[in-house]
Amino acid sequence: MTLQSLKAALLSLAFLGLFLCIWHAATLPKAESQAPSDEYAKLLGKGAKKSDGFPSLGQMGEVALGHLRDPAYDRGPNDKGIAIQLGHSLARVGAGYLLAILFAVPLGFLIGMSPLLHQALNPFIQVLKPISPLAWMPLALYTIKDSSISGVFVIFICSVWPMLINTAFGVAAVRRDWLAVAKTLEVKPLRKAFAVILPAAAPTILTGMRISIGIAWLVIVAAEMLVGGTGIGYFVWNEWNNLNLTNVIFAILVIGIMGMLLDFAIGRLQKAVTYVE
Amino acid sequence: MSFLQIQGLARRYGPATVFEGVNFSMERGEFVCIIGHSGCGKTTILNILAGLDVASEGVVVMDNREVAGPSLDRGVVFQGHALMPWLSAMSNIAFAVKSRWPDWNRIQVQTHCQKFLDLVGLTGAEHKKPAQLSGGMKQRVGIARAFAIQPKMLLLDEPFGALDALTRGTIQDELLRICAATHQTVFMITHDVDEAILLADKVLLMSNGPNACIAEAVENTLAKPRDRHSIHHDPQYYRIRNHLVDFLVNRSRLYQSGKAVRPERPPVVRPGSDDAAPPPTPVAKVVNLRH
Repeated sequence: MTLQSLKAALLSLAFLGLFLCIWHAATLPKAESQAPSDEYAKLLGKGAKKSDGFPSLGQMGEVALGHLRDPAYDRGPNDKGIAIQLGHSLARVGAGYLLAILFAVPLGFLIGMSPLLHQALNPFIQVLKPISPLAWMPLALYTIKDSSISGVFVIFICSVWPMLINTAFGVAAVRRDWLAVAKTLEVKPLRKAFAVILPAAAPTILTGMRISIGIAWLVIVAAEMLVGGTGIGYFVWNEWNNLNLTNVIFAILVIGIMGMLLDFAIGRLQKAVTYVE
Repeated sequence: MSFLQIQGLARRYGPATVFEGVNFSMERGEFVCIIGHSGCGKTTILNILAGLDVASEGVVVMDNREVAGPSLDRGVVFQGHALMPWLSAMSNIAFAVKSRWPDWNRIQVQTHCQKFLDLVGLTGAEHKKPAQLSGGMKQRVGIARAFAIQPKMLLLDEPFGALDALTRGTIQDELLRICAATHQTVFMITHDVDEAILLADKVLLMSNGPNACIAEAVENTLAKPRDRHSIHHDPQYYRIRNHLVDFLVNRSRLYQSGKAVRPERPPVVRPGSDDAAPPPTPVAKVVNLRH
């Protein structure tokens, strides 16, 4: 580790400490006016443990430990462990994202190879791309008639555009020299696609995939809030309805860490296919 | 019948003619260099020979077959090496070898690639990526790749243009050695007069474009094998060199305006040998007077 990264790590820890201090200070129990009697306090509802209000650090830690100790419990439709909820979200993102790859990469390949196709399809792409993926939800619910699959569809539709556009761009930008080499060596079209164009365009394609996974993870939370049932987004909304901010904050943290891990994974993949010219 | 025959070749882009009426032939095992100023269409001729470009008029016949489209019979060394940066030096050559002999197994391919890597002096750099190689080494891989498919003819598009003088010299020597050993037929574009005299059996001189033509075929009468360090002691050397430079400086622009006659077939001249006709200096003198 270099000196700078050591310093950076220390500074990060300091920022975290500062943040936690502010949190702690902000949630210190207020000095409550002494109630005349226990019975009177109970009448006012003051003696009971309050479930609302911003949690203190201690409460936060307690809840987090509780979730981590038993992440996969299942006590009916409205009370499932955080791991199960996360699993549902990941499964939806995985399915939608995979479908998007299967659709966008081959189509992007064709668009990249054929300027005619590019010109013909470009208006559609330009119109469809800026539509918020959630705007598709009613249409998806109506046609698919299944809330979970509609979620998958929404992930598909939001992941498809960056991949499609980047694949088309990457394929169209393959150096003429490499194609000329393939031509003079009488390389068959399929081999040319897989041995020349694909590795040449891979870094650009992976960039698109990395953007897509980020968007997909953003969208899944909102989509699950909308359709309900299962998933980390539904969990957040459900806990909000329970007025359990501690659980909401914990879920937010989990969403952030999972998103980071997903980005990291695709980032590793991207690094593996990147070449130096 | 010559190994390679080019008849009435022309390339036009709309109304603009790059070159026309290009006729020449090459024998098997011959090393031909083509020299001319930028924009005269040298690379276009090479691309037509490679099958990467299509002529507007005329035919190219190689080994009694018309050239139509790219073929493994013609290996190309590109100006900018054109190596695939995600493949190692070995894999770049293997890519070509597998295209030539798809039925070969891994060991056959590897042995063959190694042979050609050794030939260009890249033993030990097999697994390096192009980005880890110097400019000269990259171009060596490009040359090895072209030789490895054992084409009937090799096409070199200014292969040493981007190299420094020292590296250029070493690789020229290597190319000379490999060509002598394999009797390879080579067509090469160059801007370097000395390079042409060192390597070529015949130097084609191209007039300026547009409407370029091949003005002369200079036969290199210097004895082989030629050595880069002693070649300039030969009295023929400067006679040939002066002839080439004189063409490039004075005569190459006369063919457009009709001050020099476009030949049907490029006349063969031998400025190196004693009994050669002197270069057509009168024309050049006319030009000098006008300045």
